[in-house]
Amino acid sequence: MKFAIDCRNLVKTYAAKPPVQAVRGIDLQVEYGECFGVLGPNGAGKTTTIEILEGLLSATSGDVQVLGCTWERDSAEIRQRIGVSLQETVLSDDLTVAETVRLFRSFYRRALPVEQALSRVSLQEKAHARVNKLSGGQKQRLAVACAIVSEPELLFLDEPTTGLDPTSRREVWEIIRQLRANGRTILLTTHYMDEAQRLCDRVAIFDEGRVIALDTPDQLIRSLGGDQVVRFSFARRQDPQQHLSPDATFLDRLRGMPTVSHVESVSDRVQLTCQQFPVVVTVLIEFLHQHDYVLSDLSTREATLDDVFIHLTGKRLEGSAA
Amino acid sequence: MEKSSRNPSANRASSETELLVTSVTEPVKSWPIGVLVRTRLIEFSRRPAAVFWTYVFPLVMMFILGSAFRSQGESPSQVGILLGSQAEVLKQKLQSSPDLVVAVVDLEDGLRRLRAGRLAVLIRESARTNRGTETFPFELIYDPQRIGARTAELLVQRQLRISEGVPESYQFHRVPYSEPGGRYIDFLVPGLIGMVLLGGGLWGVGYAIVDMRIRKLLKRFLATPMRKSDFLLGIVFSRMMFVIPQIAVIMLASYLGFSVTNHGSWFEFALLVLLGGLQFAGVGLLIASRAKTMETMSGLINLAMLPMWTLSGIFFSYENFPELIQWPIRLLPLTPLLDTLRGVMLDGNSLTQHPIELALILSWTVGTFGLALWLFRWTDGQ
Repeated sequence: MKFAIDCRNLVKTYAAKPPVQAVRGIDLQVEYGECFGVLGPNGAGKTTTIEILEGLLSATSGDVQVLGCTWERDSAEIRQRIGVSLQETVLSDDLTVAETVRLFRSFYRRALPVEQALSRVSLQEKAHARVNKLSGGQKQRLAVACAIVSEPELLFLDEPTTGLDPTSRREVWEIIRQLRANGRTILLTTHYMDEAQRLCDRVAIFDEGRVIALDTPDQLIRSLGGDQVVRFSFARRQDPQQHLSPDATFLDRLRGMPTVSHVESVSDRVQLTCQQFPVVVTVLIEFLHQHDYVLSDLSTREATLDDVFIHLTGKRLEGSAA
Repeated sequence: MEKSSRNPSANRASSETELLVTSVTEPVKSWPIGVLVRTRLIEFSRRPAAVFWTYVFPLVMMFILGSAFRSQGESPSQVGILLGSQAEVLKQKLQSSPDLVVAVVDLEDGLRRLRAGRLAVLIRESARTNRGTETFPFELIYDPQRIGARTAELLVQRQLRISEGVPESYQFHRVPYSEPGGRYIDFLVPGLIGMVLLGGGLWGVGYAIVDMRIRKLLKRFLATPMRKSDFLLGIVFSRMMFVIPQIAVIMLASYLGFSVTNHGSWFEFALLVLLGGLQFAGVGLLIASRAKTMETMSGLINLAMLPMWTLSGIFFSYENFPELIQWPIRLLPLTPLLDTLRGVMLDGNSLTQHPIELALILSWTVGTFGLALWLFRWTDGQ
């Protein structure tokens, strides 16, 4: 079989008044051994899609193959071979970490010893701690331990770091990186663009139940036509505190500057995407000088998947830094 | 909101209009306390469970208990006469009173009815006294802990005075009947056992499952190869294992404290307790099969428990209720269990003497489990 996940023209409509079209025709092919990211804002259809792939929801229409099997025919077989971490499962508070893993372990034909599963997520010292004594990050690592206890070929992680502090997020990222290094196929959803950028070989960007872009993170960023984002405000030389809004002619002049691929302004803030920001900034300062303006604010940064998302949808991803 | 923000300029325009609108303020005329009171009332009226418990529940209790104890005033007292030479004559005399319902019984049946609260008093011919002395030639056997016995005695006394013209000073020879097996506590303990089984099934099975559904633990289990039947059997078996010590503690305490014991076979008693536990595990499972919130679940549990608590005879015999509602009461799952438990514990019956009750218990068990498995939802979605 060629793909770990092969999903074609997937549609899910929830019965309601009016019906909610959560997923509107999604195609995804996830290769063996890759870490595939599904990125999008809340309500984009990420969780619905992943839960259909996990066999927890039935699709309204479309074809889904997981590890070469279909849910209709081989559900028991697929469940033996996948690992799942759901969004916001609350494990039993009164069990210990080891007892929790032992419970999940009992459902599989073959599984890791409890201690090994815990050491993979660095929780071996917490083996006898109650779940309610764990931090958010430790609970999430325990959820991952329950998902990997059967050494699954394919691992689904639904928003594995949502709500975690930065340190805990890094710890979870490290676990995911190691799983990937061991040749595991991983499908993860996230609304953090930095997470997708760091962990994923390929990323599908979801919006309103559709895939609006699918490529490697680098390619997606490059598709913006540049990988530097320059932001600035400007004012008259005589009154540098009073930021001005650019007019159409001004924006057109900016678009004509070398390597600039995209220009937009929100009131008195101008943002452009370019490949060579030193050149652009030099030209920009000279241009402003000629017209008796000064720069009153300037920042540059690397373009991210967030910029890709804004570029594609005009919306900002939740949870990402402004 | 999301749509409009697609176009930055449109977004800007709308926020400017908003700015214009909100910049026109006006004096606030409402009083905070008025708004706060109103808000509380609205919240309350939108919570059906709260409305039920505040308004409907007291009325339901009033009507149920009201109709149960109406018998103390208006409806006739149940009187038994022991078989004997005078029995039929006495029955004729007493029956002419509209306030007495009279039955001629043998000693075993009479005492059983007395214990079950189905007779207020039992009248027995007395060997000790004759006509002409200051007492009736009858003994009155009654349970001093039960209300209604004194009323029945006075009614019988009055009726004998009317029909025989005996002087008012005549008294019965009273025989308090309070041997172990015949006291109120003996009636109460099987009731409490049934109550514990009922609560355990509904809370222990039902509530636990809904809790796991809300925590998405059921969904998480569904994503594993775990067999659904393993899960449900696991819940039910663990519940059964709680039942055994639970009932053992009640039995031990009531034995040590009140010398209450089981007059029947201990094996059959244990079997009956397990059957009862299984039955209410089924009811709990059924109630939990779809509920998605704790509020719904608590409401459903209370709805299921309330009729059984009040009607099935935990604290007093349901035979105090009007005949018309007794047969639906007998169909509730707790009623046949309590009747059989009392049959075994108080009268030493064997289970084979309660075929109808056992059939009812088994039907409830099979029916609720079957329906629950058919309705059961593992996830909160579709």
